[in-house]
Amino acid sequence: MNVSHAWTSVWRMALMALVLILGLGLGQQALAQADPDREMATAAPSVDADAWRQIRSGETGPNYRSSRFDSNYNLINVSGENWRQLRNRWVSPFGLIAIGGMLAMIVIFYLIFGRKDLDEPRTGRKLLRWPLMMRSLHWTVATLFILLALSGLNLFYGKLVFKPLFGDGAWSGMISASKLVHNYLGPLFGILLVILLLRLFKENLPKKHDLVWFKKGGGLIGKGHVDAGFANGGEKVWYWLLATAGIVVIASGLVLDFPNFGQGRDTMQWANIIHGLGALGLTAVALGHIYIGTIGTEGSLEGMATGYVDETWAKEHHNLWYEKVKDQTVTKEQLAADHGNSQGGDQAAPRTS
Amino acid sequence: MAQMKFMCDAERCIECNGCVTACKNANEVEWGVQRRRVVTLDDGEPTEVSISVACMHCDDAPCMAVCPTDCFYKTDDGIVLHDKDLCIGCGYCLYACPFGAPQFPKQNAFGERGKMDKCTFCAGGPAETKEEEYQKYGANRIAEGKLPLCAEMCSTKALLAGDAQEVADIFRQRVVQRGHKDGGWSGNPQAEADSLAYDATQQG
Repeated sequence: MNVSHAWTSVWRMALMALVLILGLGLGQQALAQADPDREMATAAPSVDADAWRQIRSGETGPNYRSSRFDSNYNLINVSGENWRQLRNRWVSPFGLIAIGGMLAMIVIFYLIFGRKDLDEPRTGRKLLRWPLMMRSLHWTVATLFILLALSGLNLFYGKLVFKPLFGDGAWSGMISASKLVHNYLGPLFGILLVILLLRLFKENLPKKHDLVWFKKGGGLIGKGHVDAGFANGGEKVWYWLLATAGIVVIASGLVLDFPNFGQGRDTMQWANIIHGLGALGLTAVALGHIYIGTIGTEGSLEGMATGYVDETWAKEHHNLWYEKVKDQTVTKEQLAADHGNSQGGDQAAPRTS
Repeated sequence: MAQMKFMCDAERCIECNGCVTACKNANEVEWGVQRRRVVTLDDGEPTEVSISVACMHCDDAPCMAVCPTDCFYKTDDGIVLHDKDLCIGCGYCLYACPFGAPQFPKQNAFGERGKMDKCTFCAGGPAETKEEEYQKYGANRIAEGKLPLCAEMCSTKALLAGDAQEVADIFRQRVVQRGHKDGGWSGNPQAEADSLAYDATQQG
């Protein structure tokens, strides 16, 4: 019993060894006869059309490397072309249409309606509307706005007009001055505009009578004057445009002005589009503000120039404000005397509507 | 007139950065500016591939279209050059460029970037004297009848520079011949003897 059992186990081992030897030999033969095409495919994988398509769409995998020390860029910057098209095809004509359209509207309006004169004769009694601090703030912001608008317009459209007109020499100085003015005065404008907006916040809170003001087109539609406090509906619109779009323009401008924080190209592109749209729009509206404040309305400019407005002007344009401050009128003679005594003697009339 | 173009054969580029060094040396570019770069995709994976990139001298160049000073111009050879006297360093060309070619020596507050620098196809730029041209834009090899040094020094001839038609012809021939035993030497009677694809392990 024991003997036969031993023999069967020997046979089994022999068979297993045979299978192993044969198997190994066969395997080696298969390796030697490897398909050269398959070997090529694994040794040197080709860059297929699909890979190039991915690269063209701006994709980069986790194992993307560039030999440039500061380069966190992809191989193909797809957003560049989108930005170019948005800027050159949309923002650029938008600015021309907005600013040109506003100019045309102002000219037509002036030709048809002319200056808005006071209905009643002046009383000669004056009311303090803009104390010295507000006037200096306003004129500083206004000067900066005009400088920024002109330099900005030159950066956007100047090459189409002045480069062929003046030649490279003059153009070189002009455009680099534009950039310096824009980049260095921009942040200053931003700070001062925020201060101005904060100072005028209370006066520009929307009131119910503003709705009536808009319905009557600020007095253009129908007869008689419309109710208005220290600021009328139109002035409040200008205030809130500056408080919204203006802030956005300042913020996007700061993004563009300080590349030292390492913002990427895509951030800069969007900041540029937003900055351009907002600034061009505000420039167009500013033309309206300038027109109404100067040749458009009798007696408005003297308020921002001297600080004082005529009683009649206050009654007609800001009746609710007038009701509050009408007991604080001063005569021309008093004013002249005060002026002689002290230069900075301006005391603001209460401005809450 | 020729239409100058670069072409990098990604199947041949071995990421040696010789082109980067050659460019830097030929043009003496400012510290921190590197006109040419080598990009590697899928680094360390079986599909790894490298490609050398610089200004591609586009037909419809986006940098030219957005430049506020209009400082770019195209030579008769289709090379996109720029005038550093007009450049104000606004960075717009960099935002628009598909290849990240324009670079600035600085990146400081108030948009102080200095004058933009980019590959000139070794064709220099506008200047009064040769010395000024070299100092501002680097070598003008084109004026001497030579091609850009990066391509001239490429060890595997992956980077090609020259007239678009000729570059395309060379590349087309490569694609057709690629993987053949006689490589690019098809039709050459010596091809069989000098077989470039000779591999001893595949013999006998």
